[in-house]
Amino acid sequence: MSAKRLVDLFVYVYLALFFAYLFLPLVFMVAAAFNDSRFPTMLPWQGFTLDWFWGFDSRGRAIGLFQDGRMGMAIWNSVLIGLGVILVSIPVGLAGALFLQTIRTRAKSFLYGVMVSPILTPGVILGISTLVFWRYVFDVGGGLMLAVIAQSTFIAAYCMLLFLARLERFDRTQEEAALDLGASHGLMLRRVMLPFLRPALLSGAVLAFLQSFENYNTTLFVIGIEDTLTLNIATRVRLGLTPAVNAIGVIMIALTILGAVVYEILRRREARATPVEPVAAG
Amino acid sequence: MAELFRRLGAVAGALVLGTVILWVLFLVVLPQLFMVDMSLRPHLPVPEQGGPADVRSLANYATLFANDAHRGIFLRTIFSAALVTVLALVVCYPVAYYLAQVARGPTAALLVLGLVVPFWVNEILRTFSWFLILSRNGLLNQVLMGLGLTEAPLNMGGVGAVMVGMVYAYILFMVFPLYNAIESLDRNQIEAARDLGASWPRIHARVVVPHAKPGIAVGCIMTFMLAAGTVAVPQLLEALPGGTNARWFTQVIYSLFFDGGDWNSGAAYAFALLVSCVIFIFVMMRVFRVGIADVAK
Amino acid sequence: MLAGQSVTLERVSMAFGDFVAVRNADLHIEAGEFFSFLGPSGCGKTTILRLISGFNEPTGGVIRIGGADMAGIGPNRRPTALIFQNLALFPLMKVWENVAFGLEARGVARAERRRRAGELLELVALEGQGEKLVSALSGGQRQRVAIARALAVEPAVLLLDEPLSALDLKLRQKMRAELRTIQQKTGVTFVYITHDQGEALTMSDRIAVMSHGRIEQVGTADAIYRAPASAFVATFVGESNVLAGRVIGTSGDEAILETAHGSLAGRNPHGLDAGARAQLVVRPERCRLLDGDAPGNRLAGTVERLDFEGAFVSLVVRLDDGAEVTAQLANDGSLPRLKPGTPVAIGFAAEAALLLPVAGDG
Ligand SMILES: Nc1ncnc2c1ncn2[C@@H]1O[C@H](COP(=O)(O)OP(=O)(O)OP(=O)(O)O)[C@@H](O)[C@H]1O
Ligand SMILES: [Mg+2]
Repeated sequence: MSAKRLVDLFVYVYLALFFAYLFLPLVFMVAAAFNDSRFPTMLPWQGFTLDWFWGFDSRGRAIGLFQDGRMGMAIWNSVLIGLGVILVSIPVGLAGALFLQTIRTRAKSFLYGVMVSPILTPGVILGISTLVFWRYVFDVGGGLMLAVIAQSTFIAAYCMLLFLARLERFDRTQEEAALDLGASHGLMLRRVMLPFLRPALLSGAVLAFLQSFENYNTTLFVIGIEDTLTLNIATRVRLGLTPAVNAIGVIMIALTILGAVVYEILRRREARATPVEPVAAG
Repeated sequence: MAELFRRLGAVAGALVLGTVILWVLFLVVLPQLFMVDMSLRPHLPVPEQGGPADVRSLANYATLFANDAHRGIFLRTIFSAALVTVLALVVCYPVAYYLAQVARGPTAALLVLGLVVPFWVNEILRTFSWFLILSRNGLLNQVLMGLGLTEAPLNMGGVGAVMVGMVYAYILFMVFPLYNAIESLDRNQIEAARDLGASWPRIHARVVVPHAKPGIAVGCIMTFMLAAGTVAVPQLLEALPGGTNARWFTQVIYSLFFDGGDWNSGAAYAFALLVSCVIFIFVMMRVFRVGIADVAK
Repeated sequence: MLAGQSVTLERVSMAFGDFVAVRNADLHIEAGEFFSFLGPSGCGKTTILRLISGFNEPTGGVIRIGGADMAGIGPNRRPTALIFQNLALFPLMKVWENVAFGLEARGVARAERRRRAGELLELVALEGQGEKLVSALSGGQRQRVAIARALAVEPAVLLLDEPLSALDLKLRQKMRAELRTIQQKTGVTFVYITHDQGEALTMSDRIAVMSHGRIEQVGTADAIYRAPASAFVATFVGESNVLAGRVIGTSGDEAILETAHGSLAGRNPHGLDAGARAQLVVRPERCRLLDGDAPGNRLAGTVERLDFEGAFVSLVVRLDDGAEVTAQLANDGSLPRLKPGTPVAIGFAAEAALLLPVAGDG
């Protein structure tokens, strides 16, 4: 019995350490955003301040995050890229999922492998290959558009997997029933299949945006002279760090947690929104 | 292909087929081929491109292996990524097992949520949080000095710092596949094994690990791929005092592209990195006997 | 506005690769008929329906609806409507939208669709349920939504694939009557699939009995029950005792069969000659318990068991070589005490028994 207690104790300590490891660095980072210190650190605590969000230093210079115009530009770019990625990834992922779920050829698993390979490819490689290809074939240089394209290579694959999982639960006799009742393929898609896929399309859009928004490794190679939020943070860390970076972190963490919660809710609702169970098995 | 048109009709079928072809060609296959092609050509000034000197060879790859510094960085990157993978696996396995098989009800749900939240926090921010801990005025130095263990702040940058950062940034890509795999194991199997008198190490070796193989493979592949391919972590942690001597292979590639402008060597180096990742994936699939459909889910 | 059309199959076959699911089906279903396909699971019933509705093209033969060849005409352009084995209702649409979907496909305006859906829901006794989601309905109600949805497109032929199989017994019986009423009200040709013989026998004008992709017999319920064309039909539709042997003599429309249990006489509608191998089938309810040495067909053995079924008792008799025969006896108080092991003899009239050729023997 006491041996079991010892084991239990060990397990709890291990878990506590693990979660402390996960959370404490983030907590420190958040705390430092409110510390009235020139350096982004929690210790020593020099008093609470919101200056790093909006404020002025002793010589009257603006030091707050929101007073920085470049930051606004970077956020704007990130949003644009995220929307672009949604626009590309959702249709592409949907087409891929429909394609893979329908075809019956022997090459299917090979095609599957090709289509999901971007997920298993390091982000820098996706960035580089996109840059090289588009530069030389279409003379498209680094910039927002190329960032959208490069990110979509793997985000579309994530979306495809999401849609594929949903499609597997689709009762295909519904398609046949629609056609049997005289519907064209278009009407069948619009009224029967897409409504069924809608929850997955929604969570796919959220996933695509979040993935795009936080992407660094791929974007770095294809962004050209533009800036995005993640790139901006990285630059600030390397050149001239102030706790304003922590302030960005606080806002981003808040937003991501919000986004993640929305995503999880959508995903759970999608999982629950199964169609009426077939009355009898065929 | 006929099934596609029968199921979706002419218009939607053509749209789907066309989109897939465009995607596979222009976003997946051709870019990789062009990267390989570029890696085989010499770095020439623009007027000479396509000229007589522009012949394909393995020269750029030879450079990688001839250049001691680059080769060293390459090997260190691959080795460190593997080490990070092993570390993450060892650290995560007990947690994943506990969450999947031992924890119950709301506690379990809460703990899983505790994993989901940091998972969604940006890689850059996660790295930055370690930057703050390890920096000159950072938490660790403050604590060490507060305890009187050191007089002056230590320089904590370097290979070790980068690896700490990578473990932290990518550990969740190990936890979730493990957790999902172990969770699908029927608890009765474990109890049956225990009934039969198997010891805990034996139960893990013979029941849990074999069942979790696909999850282990996925976790290892993702962690290795992210660690070997990251540029975010080394770039940020390079800014730590003493960090400049810990260059990562991705950084070499980056500077070939954007400082040196030698895209050809950059492409060769990138392809070498890709090949290492592909080899790692195949080894994992072999060792754990899983297929691509198990890996990408 | 609703009117049935005939369905004709001319030597229709369907093969999936090497596997032949339907073999040389020849059949004519009259306009306005209630026609059933009856057969065990996997015998090819669904396949036949899918061929008629156009989801699959036959690998051989011709399908005609109202006399017109259907080759190359897709499901959305045939005058058929299929009610799927699992109903395939649209879970994300309201009940009335489900019903009106076929009209939507035909470009009918929304108000008119609503009105028509209302009428159809009334026809299937679901008035006022139109605004619900399908998932809020009971099994029997879903069933009726599926029927209304199919009728909305004014099909000439309604194809139903075991639509009642998921319902409980009471509801199933009620729905049988309702289906029959709807069919008579509308005059649409119903092609009904079931593996439940009770269903087929009570509802249909005519029945086709299928086995292993082959149509074994087509006829009215009465004809199939009275004169099964094969031992398979005899045992699948109702119960039958089957005894194998060889014809040793004929007289008029009867013949004598030599079996392991002695000579037995029965009707010989197939005109089997002496020497032919044959099977004798006799219904349990035509068998009686013999006492003494009554002449005629006689099967001697011992009581195996006695199953009480209320008004009837099934007496299972084990014959000398281990074969079993069943006699269904009226539970009218006249039965002697029959303990397992008691020697008994069972008899039946020659006109109650039927001699059938053994497949492959001509
Ligand atoms: N698409 C197909 N590919 C291959 N074989 C098929 C296909 N569809 C049906 N079959 C086979 O054809 C045979 C008949 O199937 P069918 O669905 O018609 O049976 P059924 O009589 O409707 O059975 P049930 O009463 O169980 O619904 C089965 O053996 C089935 O496996
Ligand atoms: Mg069937």
